[in-house]
Amino acid sequence: MSETIINVRDLSKRFGNVVAVDRICFDLARGSTVGLLGGNGAGKTTTLGMLLGLLLPSSGEIRIFGEDMIRHRHRVLPWMNFSSPYVDLPHRLTVRENLIVYGHLYGISQINSRINQLASDFDLTEFLDRPAGKLSAGQKTRASLAKALLNKPRLLLLDEPTASMDPDTADAVRGYLEDYQRETSATILLASHNMSEVERLCSDVLVLKAGRIVDRGTPSHLIARFGRQTLEQVFLDIARDRIAASETAQ
Amino acid sequence: MSIHTKQAWVRIWAMVLRHYYLIRGSWPRLLELIYWPALQMTLWGFITLFFETHSSWVAEAAGILISAVLLWDVMFRAQISLFLSFIEEIWSRNLGHLFVSPLRPGEMITALLLVSLVRTLIGVGGAAILAIILFDVSVFALGVPLAAFFANLIIMGWSLGLVVSGLVLRFGQGAESLGWAAIFLVQPVSGVYYPISVLPDWLQPIATAIPSTHVFEGLRAILIDETFRIDLLLNAVALNLIFVTTSIFIFFAILRYARIHGQLLQLGE
Repeated sequence: MSETIINVRDLSKRFGNVVAVDRICFDLARGSTVGLLGGNGAGKTTTLGMLLGLLLPSSGEIRIFGEDMIRHRHRVLPWMNFSSPYVDLPHRLTVRENLIVYGHLYGISQINSRINQLASDFDLTEFLDRPAGKLSAGQKTRASLAKALLNKPRLLLLDEPTASMDPDTADAVRGYLEDYQRETSATILLASHNMSEVERLCSDVLVLKAGRIVDRGTPSHLIARFGRQTLEQVFLDIARDRIAASETAQ
Repeated sequence: MSIHTKQAWVRIWAMVLRHYYLIRGSWPRLLELIYWPALQMTLWGFITLFFETHSSWVAEAAGILISAVLLWDVMFRAQISLFLSFIEEIWSRNLGHLFVSPLRPGEMITALLLVSLVRTLIGVGGAAILAIILFDVSVFALGVPLAAFFANLIIMGWSLGLVVSGLVLRFGQGAESLGWAAIFLVQPVSGVYYPISVLPDWLQPIATAIPSTHVFEGLRAILIDETFRIDLLLNAVALNLIFVTTSIFIFFAILRYARIHGQLLQLGE
């Protein structure tokens, strides 16, 4: 039986009267890449925020690497990392300076060689000494991914990992993530609106709607169950209530 | 030193490095470190020159106003440096990354204090040297009590800096002007340039509840009466203990509020 990396039980988050996440439960096994799908306001960012410890849940339990994330998140944070186009790196520091600072924060040894490696992997070498604020949107996303991979995380949480990238770069980044996952058996949780990305990367998908998990399964199973050709069509069916999910997952 | 302590210091060092990179890469920030303290000191230096011939009180204790302005600047620089270093993370929308890294809030605060200490030493130290050159007034002549005054004022500045940083975290960047204004609320009652006996009766109890008041009263006791008042120093230390404990409690309470309401992900430019 594969090791469970993330264990979420009855997790809820309310903001006043608004229920952003409603009693969701899921497990992520070691080495899996799981997609978190849902429209705007479905609860993806809130869920990621709670998993990272940026948000305190209203109720429920989160265990990561067996540790209670609400009480002991600092025990596991060195093994995790995160990237989002909505959380920036300091604009006035160069990419290299940013990576050096985060390298120290994550306790990386041989920071410079790790930075050079990641810069090469993400095609950032010529931008290393440029202030992060002067990068294009796609370059910023790549710099953020480089930061997310500095500590070779065993759990990687990614929010829109290829946002603002041109198709060629996005394809290279997806390839990199596939290789990384294969080589390190890392677990990846990915929130994305890019359905082809989810189909390519994810072994499993959790579909969120109005804060609840309304369906789950492999991309091919979901497509088959909804009688569609692509995951995007499935997503639209769920979002527009055209077809009720065949069975709720919980 | 245990491995955990070593790791904590590496993370603190990382945050200090982050602010070093920031200042190194921006000459206006570098200039600003020394510009305002030097300007203030020069202004009060000329006022002193004028009053030395028109006021027996100032003439009696040469350098009292310059020493006061330099010590006031210790508190102001400590507060504003801590506040600016913290708000820099909000401006750059970096708090999300920081709080999901192994950095602990206490380590972040320690780094902010260290950065503030260095910025204050550079700013006020530069102005103090300039005071010797331009006006032949040396605050260092205060001797050992200077270290006690400095420590008390910097700790009070940090306490205020932590509270206003927390308020920005709580109320968003709309509360940013508080960071600049808050310390000037305590200046009139701190008796920086005059004894608190000149304050209205109802204001004097408030003044005595502030640590800095006892420091400036102590400064005047040395320069005018040539007496080191240990009682004033002990008052300042006791009040500072209350101030610093309260400010840490407020900051952590607001941080928890921010984690409940999702503000660590939302704050930004």
